[in-house]
Amino acid sequence: MKKKVILDKQMMIEATVQSIVMLNPFKLAKNPVMFVVGIGSVLTTLMAISSLIHHSTELFFTTTISVWLWLTIGFANFAEALAELQGKAQALSLRSTRAETTASLVTPRGTVKIPGNQLKREDQFIVEEGNVIPTDGEILEGVASIDESAITGESAPVIREAGGDRSGVTGGTRVLAGKIRVMVTNKPGETFLDRMIDLVEGATRQKSPNEIALTILLIGLTLIFLFVVASLPAFSSYSGIKSSPTILIALLVCLIPTTIAGLLPAIGIAGIDRAFRANVIAKSGKAVEVAGDIDILLLDKTGTITFGNRQAVQFLPAKGVSEEDLIRASWLASLPDGTPEGKSIVRLAETHIRLSNPPAEAIPIPFTPETRMSGVDTPDGEIRKGAGDAIQTYVGGPFSPDLSESISSVARSGGTPLVVAMNRKPLGVVHLKDVIKPGLKERFERLRKMGVTTVMVTGDNPLTARAIAEEAGLDDYFAQAKPEDKMALIKKEQEKGRLVAMTGDGTNDAPSLAQADVALAMNSGTQAAKEAGNMVDLDSDPTKIIEVVEIGKQLLITRGALTTFSIANDVAKYFAILPAMFVTAYPQLKILNIMSLATPVSAITSAIIFNALIIPALIPLALKGVRYRPIGASALLRENLLIYGLGGIIVPFIGIKLIDIALVLLHFT
Amino acid sequence: MIANDWIQILFSLGVTVLLAPLVGRYLAWIYKGPHLSLERGFYRLVGINPDHEMTWKEYGAVLLVSNAFFFAAGFLVLWAQPVLPLNPRNLPPLSPELTFNTAASFVTNTNWQAYAGEAQLSNLSQMLAITFLMFVGANTGMASLVAIFKGFTRSGSQTIGNFWTDFVRFFIRAFLPACFLMALIHVYQGSPQTLRTQITAHTLEGPPQTLIVGPVASLESLKHLGTNGGGFYNANGAHPYENPTPLTNTLEFLEMGLFTFSLPFFFGRMIGRPRQGQVFFIAILTLYLSGFALIEYSERMPNPLLAHASVEQQVGPLSDGGNTEGKETRFGITQTSLFSNTTIAATTGAVDGAMDSMNPLSILVYLVHMFLNEEPGGKGVGFAGLLKEAILAIFLAGLMVGRSPEFLGKRIESREIKLASLSLLVTPLLVLWLTGISLLLPSGKSSMGNPGPHGFMEVLYAFSSGNANNGSAMAGLNVSTPYYAILLGVEMLLGRFLPLLPLLALAGALARKKTHPETAGTFKTDQPLFIVLLLGFMILFAALTFFPPLMLGPLLEHLSLLHGISF
Amino acid sequence: MKIVFQSFRITMLLMLICGILYPLGVTAIARILFPHQASGSLVMGASGQVIGSELIAQGFKNPRYFHPRPSAALTPDGSGPQPYDGAFSSPSNLGPDNALEIKAITDAAVDYRKENHLAVNASVPIDAVTASGSGLDPDISLSNAMIQVPRIAKARHLSLLDVQTLIDRIKKGPQFGFLGTQRVNVLKLNIALDRQNP
Repeated sequence: MKKKVILDKQMMIEATVQSIVMLNPFKLAKNPVMFVVGIGSVLTTLMAISSLIHHSTELFFTTTISVWLWLTIGFANFAEALAELQGKAQALSLRSTRAETTASLVTPRGTVKIPGNQLKREDQFIVEEGNVIPTDGEILEGVASIDESAITGESAPVIREAGGDRSGVTGGTRVLAGKIRVMVTNKPGETFLDRMIDLVEGATRQKSPNEIALTILLIGLTLIFLFVVASLPAFSSYSGIKSSPTILIALLVCLIPTTIAGLLPAIGIAGIDRAFRANVIAKSGKAVEVAGDIDILLLDKTGTITFGNRQAVQFLPAKGVSEEDLIRASWLASLPDGTPEGKSIVRLAETHIRLSNPPAEAIPIPFTPETRMSGVDTPDGEIRKGAGDAIQTYVGGPFSPDLSESISSVARSGGTPLVVAMNRKPLGVVHLKDVIKPGLKERFERLRKMGVTTVMVTGDNPLTARAIAEEAGLDDYFAQAKPEDKMALIKKEQEKGRLVAMTGDGTNDAPSLAQADVALAMNSGTQAAKEAGNMVDLDSDPTKIIEVVEIGKQLLITRGALTTFSIANDVAKYFAILPAMFVTAYPQLKILNIMSLATPVSAITSAIIFNALIIPALIPLALKGVRYRPIGASALLRENLLIYGLGGIIVPFIGIKLIDIALVLLHFT
Repeated sequence: MIANDWIQILFSLGVTVLLAPLVGRYLAWIYKGPHLSLERGFYRLVGINPDHEMTWKEYGAVLLVSNAFFFAAGFLVLWAQPVLPLNPRNLPPLSPELTFNTAASFVTNTNWQAYAGEAQLSNLSQMLAITFLMFVGANTGMASLVAIFKGFTRSGSQTIGNFWTDFVRFFIRAFLPACFLMALIHVYQGSPQTLRTQITAHTLEGPPQTLIVGPVASLESLKHLGTNGGGFYNANGAHPYENPTPLTNTLEFLEMGLFTFSLPFFFGRMIGRPRQGQVFFIAILTLYLSGFALIEYSERMPNPLLAHASVEQQVGPLSDGGNTEGKETRFGITQTSLFSNTTIAATTGAVDGAMDSMNPLSILVYLVHMFLNEEPGGKGVGFAGLLKEAILAIFLAGLMVGRSPEFLGKRIESREIKLASLSLLVTPLLVLWLTGISLLLPSGKSSMGNPGPHGFMEVLYAFSSGNANNGSAMAGLNVSTPYYAILLGVEMLLGRFLPLLPLLALAGALARKKTHPETAGTFKTDQPLFIVLLLGFMILFAALTFFPPLMLGPLLEHLSLLHGISF
Repeated sequence: MKIVFQSFRITMLLMLICGILYPLGVTAIARILFPHQASGSLVMGASGQVIGSELIAQGFKNPRYFHPRPSAALTPDGSGPQPYDGAFSSPSNLGPDNALEIKAITDAAVDYRKENHLAVNASVPIDAVTASGSGLDPDISLSNAMIQVPRIAKARHLSLLDVQTLIDRIKKGPQFGFLGTQRVNVLKLNIALDRQNP
């Protein structure tokens, strides 16, 4: 379920109301650039009132400027309010699904029915077939098939069970079959959705480091323009011109980077919104932003790069053994084996030869960690299958060269060689192959162009790991990895100054998730994993991290593009306002009025109107984000510099001229 | 312009392009290797441990304290002039405000001359105050640049080197020997070098003529190699004793560029990315050459106001033409344009012609050079300023590649932006406000030597020059008044140390950071696109900050000239 | 405190090296290698008296001599004009749109035409009517020199060719053939004139 940008009339009205509420000076002070505009608005309003009292000819002009200054702030507030409302609306639409559920609370005296929203942390509740899970929690007992389509949009049910890495359940999902006892993991109001709502609301939203740095730069620019405008009255007094405070305020507001300052909060919130639309709940704005910066992406092989189970694809009989014997033995040994691998051997065997009637007296021998083999004892003898070294121990001697060759050729190709033996005599090898998920190669290629190195982490031997890494198009692999190795790998890369991202779902992933710079936990995973990560993917799709990386990059690009655009705009505003200020004293400056704006009054008014209108005009871009294409840093920068840098210089010349023409048509000169 | 002009231009350019990489390599060698035994002797003599590593705070403290001593020493020598030897003319001391102004001016490598050397200073003052301060002022700038380089060469380090080793190495291995050698060439070409002062000549027509000589050549080479600019005489490099031939003129502006143009290459070698150095060099050269082109065009432009005076302003077979007011015949327009462009771009401030009589578009170039102050900029500090602009440009536009901005492997975060912005704020604040205040006060306006926009430019130029530690002047403005002497003295000190300390802090912050390896998503800063980005940012920034004064000064005057309006 | 003492000692040492040893060292070697230049490129008269420096202009006014460019040099205390005296050097510092500058150039052109008996509208070389950068510019352009030839020839009863030959002898082309302009040194020219026609 891809969520659409929600933009309706009611939200517009609400955002408008919000933008007036946000005129509160304490709120404005958080955004120093807009605060300066606020002061300018108040001053021009006072001047307008004063000209009203003194019947000054300036009244109309001052009032116009004052109105547009207020509108400038209003538009900026509107942008922020709109972004907040969108995020909230999306989160609320989810939360509403579980508002009216009832929960069967487990108490010492049996279960009690209570409203779902009264559950406290560490309460336990029971959910039976057909019921909706009231809140986020972890399964303590039981197994269930759960329909998560309400939050993920995925219609296929998923299995969640106690004890494993898939023990997490989310409020709002429905148990289709089974009965589970769940422990509540969050305080009321602190579920991931609640946090998400907090995140988009101004109150708890913290600025990301990058946003702080940009804000500092914007303050620096504002100060510089303050110095510039403050020096102008002295310069004009030398030329014998009295400078009008209204014009100076208008010039100041035009020069300071109001466009980016007005849209900055909206851009940040919109980034979180976009992640959310991809079904990823970010725990902080920083998490999304850092995703754009990562250098290395660690991916688990199983479940992420390959489907969780291997498939048998080939039988390789040993010298002197007929293929049929090998297939039959493999088939017999796999029939009692319920694992996906075992089933795939049975399936493959049955496509090769006609097999029927397993001997009734066959005794299944289950897999044990000690023998690392499984098999079956039939009247004809014992059949065993297992990894090469396990069977070697079982056989009690070295394999023949041709068998060893078969084993290593399977391993080299990325497969898992399963050796089958009968009565301690090796029969041959079954080639089990990892099946790589479709479409990954393209996605990794895209990541490579973004500058992200992909590394596969697997417990497989290096040969197999290498083959799979090559087939899937990964940059590197880390073979024979134990869970603690992942942690060491992350630390080693971070030591080199790299930022590492990973996905994980198991409890033993939690330390690595906490260590990684960007950690996407699967919603299906354990509570520990979800706590340790800084993002949770509701779809539990490990490759989702790629989308998150793009969202992060888009967020940074949007910020940079609008900043560049905002500053580049100043050139045209100078050419509109400065000649207007001085042309009466020095007619020779007329040539600098390159837009040939009608009169000084219309020139200044056009500039200030453009400055205000550009904010709402750019709201869609701020919310949607500038498009990101992985075409390499230089190409991307060149393109964006052309569009937002050069464009930022040209667009206001056209815009101001058009507004001036409109003003002339309205006889406002 | 005639063929000869093109040859002169290409020759100077060729020498610069040829020498800069070599000198850059030599400087890198100086700072990468071990101490020389001569240097060890120096350190032992003054009791310094050359291997002691300093944090940026300690580095800054040592820099400030030592400069305070240099300042005090220079001040005392000037002040005690009447009682010190080598003063046969019994010259009185400078006024207190001029003494302050001069000591401040020379310790900050500004070398603004509010005094007139030949009339007010004894030979001992020229040597012990002026020559001494010129050496240490330039050397301090170089040392601070080396410290700032450490921000990029070091990773995870708390320290940024030792001020004294950074200071002494350049002094002993490059600065002093180069000055000595070039001084002899200046004598060969005609600059006096003697301890005599005054000679009375009996002219052909009869009236006696006073000739003032002294240790001119030793000051002359230093003045340019150290991008100092303070001359022995009031007319500075226009004086035939300071700059007797076209060769000395050429040597002088090549001397200004010798170390300054090599700094990008030096930087590239120090950080192990020679290509980065080349890219910075090209960026600098682009601005430098564009500036020159506009000056040459402007100075050759006939003055429309002289249309009725029937004066030959065009270049002819027997005369060079152009705007010759305040220029020397031996140099002509092209040599003067080359010199003035270099002196401003390299923050030397020496002049070989009257800046005040230049045409408005030339002054526009000088002002923009001083606002940017980093192409190539003065000894050390100019290039440091360029690195600051690069950091800001990369931060702004670098976001557009979709990564947190990083420069040469160092991630640019809020602390770096804070320090770079702080350093950036100084120039607009000092230049615009001090100019504005002076335009409002009678003591500011009464010093003007010209009316109209030209007078406005004189004041703007003075504070731009003081802030940029440039030292050249539109000398019609009388700055020997207490008002200007004190205000400019204070401005020179602030313009020197206020931006420098944040840059040292920036170096400290960068040195502490880990160097981040490059990926395909990193914006490569050693490519042409970076030049475009950097130049675009610098020009846009300077234009936005200084558009109003540039419009009311040079642009207004130029348009007035075209309209035939005089003031 | 350590910093203070170190700085003090270094200041003393550097003053000694930069302020004393360096200039004296240059002076010593210069005196040996280039004694003429080191003492100011002085021109001596027949009796050994200093009659000027090759590098410094003299304010010739007599029609018998070539005249240098206008000098805007002041007295050392800046109180008033004192052209062509080496005690002080300065340009006019007038801007190109200053009415005073336009008047100064226009007036100088009128005087120059009168001096050299030129037509009222005759074009004059710009270097002849603009003040130099130092006020001590020893050179004039060749066109400036050529215009003065008839006046001098007349005053000294020489042929035009004689004076022109003198200019050709004294004039300097660009240094090494490409640096700077072609020009002629006024003092050297006038000394040569006196020598030829005392």
